Amino acid sequence: MLKDISIGQFFPGKSIVHRLDPRIKILLVFGFIITLFIVRNLVSFGLIILFLTVTVFTAKIPVKTVLKSLKPILPLILFTAILNIFFIDGHVLFRWGWIRITEDGIRLAVLMIIRIVCLIIGASLLTYTTSPIALTDAIERLLSPLKKIHFPVHEMAMMMTIALRFIPTLIEETDKIMSAQKARGADLETGGLMKRAKALVPILIPLFVSAFRRAEELALAMECRCYRGGEGRTRMKQLKLTVSDWVIAVFVTAFYIVGILMNLWIPALF
Amino acid sequence: MKKLIQFKQVSFEYNHESEEEEPVAVLHDITLSIKEGDFVAVLGHNGSGKSTLAKHINAILQPTEGVVWVDGIDTSKEELVFEIRQQVGMVFQNPDNQLVATVVEEDVAFALENLGVESTEIRERVDAALQQVGMYEFREHSPHQLSGGQKQRVAIAGILAMQPKCIVLDEPTAMLDPQGRREVLKTLLSLNREKGTTVVFITHFMDEAVQANRVVVVDGGQIIADDTPKAVFSDVEQLKKVGLDVPQVTELAYELRKAGIDFPNGILSVEECVAELQKALGG
Repeated sequence: MLKDISIGQFFPGKSIVHRLDPRIKILLVFGFIITLFIVRNLVSFGLIILFLTVTVFTAKIPVKTVLKSLKPILPLILFTAILNIFFIDGHVLFRWGWIRITEDGIRLAVLMIIRIVCLIIGASLLTYTTSPIALTDAIERLLSPLKKIHFPVHEMAMMMTIALRFIPTLIEETDKIMSAQKARGADLETGGLMKRAKALVPILIPLFVSAFRRAEELALAMECRCYRGGEGRTRMKQLKLTVSDWVIAVFVTAFYIVGILMNLWIPALF
Repeated sequence: MKKLIQFKQVSFEYNHESEEEEPVAVLHDITLSIKEGDFVAVLGHNGSGKSTLAKHINAILQPTEGVVWVDGIDTSKEELVFEIRQQVGMVFQNPDNQLVATVVEEDVAFALENLGVESTEIRERVDAALQQVGMYEFREHSPHQLSGGQKQRVAIAGILAMQPKCIVLDEPTAMLDPQGRREVLKTLLSLNREKGTTVVFITHFMDEAVQANRVVVVDGGQIIADDTPKAVFSDVEQLKKVGLDVPQVTELAYELRKAGIDFPNGILSVEECVAELQKALGG
């Protein structure tokens, strides 16, 4: 049951979106988010939605999966919408007791919903089309200027790699421990919140002990393979920017700028 | 043949945190040399000191007394530790706890990346290492999709990529199913025979030890036997005394001899045993 959890939700593929350099992809997603929050006219939003749709289809990500990624943030969307509709001042459209709905409220609610939905889809596209290892690599490379201020960039990337490597192993182990405790009569499924929380203790303690043991063995194995930190390390797969990476980067950035500039000529939604 | 690994009167003690407690002696006055191209099986029951012995070979542990030389380098020289670890790779018992990366080929590349090898050369050596252990088709898999035996072969490939002269394996088959055990042993035998890699193989499976060309038996931190498998397994009584088993066929021969039947000593394989039985029955 625990095995079904997929991490990073990576969909392997060979599309342009998949092959784009992960560093560029991360930066473009950042650019996307910034654009999303500057833009405030309908035409630009239309363009952004078109851009997302085109990307989803070129990456061949099933639309169903994309929509599914919105499910966990549904409460957040509803909450923002309600707050905006009821608590923004302006031209009153409807009033009942102390409840009132304003035109500006509705506009802002729509704007925020579009923003949040686009934000989540845009960010999920990054993890859908980039393998965890490429992401870690890209983050390490993008943050490498921080080494100058003694930020442990390599160590952080290594931690991410090891975490990703051990998540399935530890999930499997949790499953095993749970079965072992159930076989000894542990009751994990009934009772109130406190009782259930307490029932987790006999699962977490063995899990922690084993995680520490694994860590020790892994450290030894890494030392045996001459690991001594990030200094002087090379990589088998080096990230290289190709011409098409640059073309895409320039094209998409130009697209963002056009979207932002439209704010100047087209009346704002809010 | 050149002596690759030499132990000279090596003793090792674990120190306790507190001063009052006596240090625990694990190895006692061990003198041992391993030639290039040897396939040495190290036998001993739990706590005999066989793992400690192995950890001395690639400078994870340094002797309390005595000297260990690896390819002419004294392992107590800390500045040369990585030279030694490049020459002697070590594979551990639990395959899950020695794979670092989320993709097989990235894991095999790990040691080479640490050593600062050029990326094109890493690629070549990784592919070659994966082919040697027969895991090339799985290069893009994630370790958790593999079986125990496959993971252990990936771990071996990760060591092979460094092109070491010697591989030390600390009970690499203890956590594997029979299928995985066969895969790993086959890989090691072919490495030893085709590439001349020295193998030091710690195990408590007797049928695996039989495949070696030399067997070292460790008990109580001392070497009590060091000879060919045939000679070592001939002394069934001594092995039983230190809590070790002998291969089934050797045991059968031993029991037959004890029952007064004329049967030769040191039978290691089923084929040999069948031939001898036929002789005994026919004659």
